[in-house]
Amino acid sequence: MQNNVNITNAVTKFRQDFAIIANWVNFGSKVLDLGCGDGELLQFLRDSLETKGYGVEKDDTNVLACVKNGTNVIQMDLEDGLSGFENQSFDTVILSQTLQAMHNTERIVLEMLRVGEEIIVTFPNFGYWRNRMQITAGRMPVSKALPYQWYDTPNVHLCTINDFDDFCKNHKIEILERRVITDGKEVDFLPNLLGSLAMYRLKSK
Amino acid sequence: MQENNSIGIVAPRTAHFSEPFTLKSGKILPQFDLVFETYGILNADRSNAVLICHALSGHHHVAGKHHESDKYPGWWDNLIGPGKPLDTNRFFVIGLNNLGGCHGSSGPSSINPDTNKPWGSAFPIVTVEDWVNSQARLLDHLGITQLAAVIGGSLGGMQALQWTIAYPERVRHALVIASAPNLTAQNMAFNEVARQAIITDPEFHGGDYYEHGVVPRRGLRIARMLGHITYLSDDAMGEKFGRKLKDNIKYSFDVEFEMESYLRYQGDKFAGEFDANTYLRMTRALDYYDPALAYGGDLSKALSKAKAQFLVLSFTSDWRFSPARSREIVKALLDNESTVSYAEVTAAHGHDAFLMPDKHYHAILRTYLSNIQIGSDHAK
Repeated sequence: MQNNVNITNAVTKFRQDFAIIANWVNFGSKVLDLGCGDGELLQFLRDSLETKGYGVEKDDTNVLACVKNGTNVIQMDLEDGLSGFENQSFDTVILSQTLQAMHNTERIVLEMLRVGEEIIVTFPNFGYWRNRMQITAGRMPVSKALPYQWYDTPNVHLCTINDFDDFCKNHKIEILERRVITDGKEVDFLPNLLGSLAMYRLKSK
Repeated sequence: MQENNSIGIVAPRTAHFSEPFTLKSGKILPQFDLVFETYGILNADRSNAVLICHALSGHHHVAGKHHESDKYPGWWDNLIGPGKPLDTNRFFVIGLNNLGGCHGSSGPSSINPDTNKPWGSAFPIVTVEDWVNSQARLLDHLGITQLAAVIGGSLGGMQALQWTIAYPERVRHALVIASAPNLTAQNMAFNEVARQAIITDPEFHGGDYYEHGVVPRRGLRIARMLGHITYLSDDAMGEKFGRKLKDNIKYSFDVEFEMESYLRYQGDKFAGEFDANTYLRMTRALDYYDPALAYGGDLSKALSKAKAQFLVLSFTSDWRFSPARSREIVKALLDNESTVSYAEVTAAHGHDAFLMPDKHYHAILRTYLSNIQIGSDHAK
């Protein structure tokens, strides 16, 4: 049951991506955050942009934390898809640093595009040079962004920026914007090598 | 578990309503009584009232004890009391016995003032809508304009839902637990078997058994036994009884297995204290409730006027009111952009889980309820 691992909490220190996400979300819009953890991002968006937000979360502790924070949370497993949500019923659907832990990766991205006018997907870039170094040294990468050992990681579908670009192309997904960051700073040069976290704003073509 | 924070000794009260009351069926009750209990203190601006809606066999005695010597407290005592998830230090909690009940409110076994005899078969069929309308009258009687929250499990959850539809301005939060927006055919089928058990009991006398000095005990007993099977999960029954024998196999139709002993005990106990006519009406109210029906089956439309904030809860092993049914309610609320949270509690006890003090379940209720604003701060 790998997905029982609490992914969101493990990476909360890396939420410098919040500012970029906030830039991609319109004031007063309707947002769905998949794998919302304790609702931190939704609260940030609500406080800064007066968004109407809902979170989806599987973990009991996180659901309770959302209830405590006054964040609308729907407890369900993303692996089952988004059947409880109508087509194009959200302005933005967000999957923040959860893609790599999904089994049905392809399905969830397509479901997000069905439910949201635009979607935001962020994930740790496996092509980041530090990961490559560790592989070259003959080890599975372990880092702040990937803080698990090979045997206890919830991450089952790690990919690089190049991989994800191809994925979008093959699935007729339009990349509206792509931002890459490392330690809180934006990376423009050789993003697939120098970028730790990849962030995409996407829509259906 | 927490004996020390009981609400203590409580006493029921009766409210009499002398204005004619038109039921959904078109029938009119010229007058009626509702028996109720309250716990905690209504605050100065009357903003801390919480209504508890009971399920099939429930009543007004929700928490505390009537007498020190009572063996058991009210049916949801684990939830309600000072310092409990529904904290009576903060909230004014109202429990009532619904119309058609058999615990003091007007119902088939109560005396019809027109005839001075029990109503029996003449007591009309009441619906969830009728209950909510009569509950609204009780609030008027208590001087409460708006509920801080309405809470109900199972059939009680249907009433909580109906509150948000019928009186959107009168309820700020609705906690809909282990419920459904209507019953499935299978669920109604259980009710029909239960009713047939009662109606075909030779001592039923068309519902007017009171005047014959008998009760359709056998029918009611079987109805309750059937109910209990559906309230537990296969796993919970397996864990509780498995194939355990009472004694050595005797090759008879007496009680051989522990499970039989449990069902017979529950059936006997219930048949000795509950009214069969009430049971018939409660199951019918379950069957009939379908708020989407008036909107071409569109639950989202039915809930479009609801203004309350919602907490919807279901239990993983509940197959009589499965999580999928709760998710239908959630979907309709999402369609309306209502404020809603939904938790699917992992629990082994089936439908019965909503009455049990599961730690996570109660943590969610406690947390949600403690966030409800009362006093001068509730008005936006």
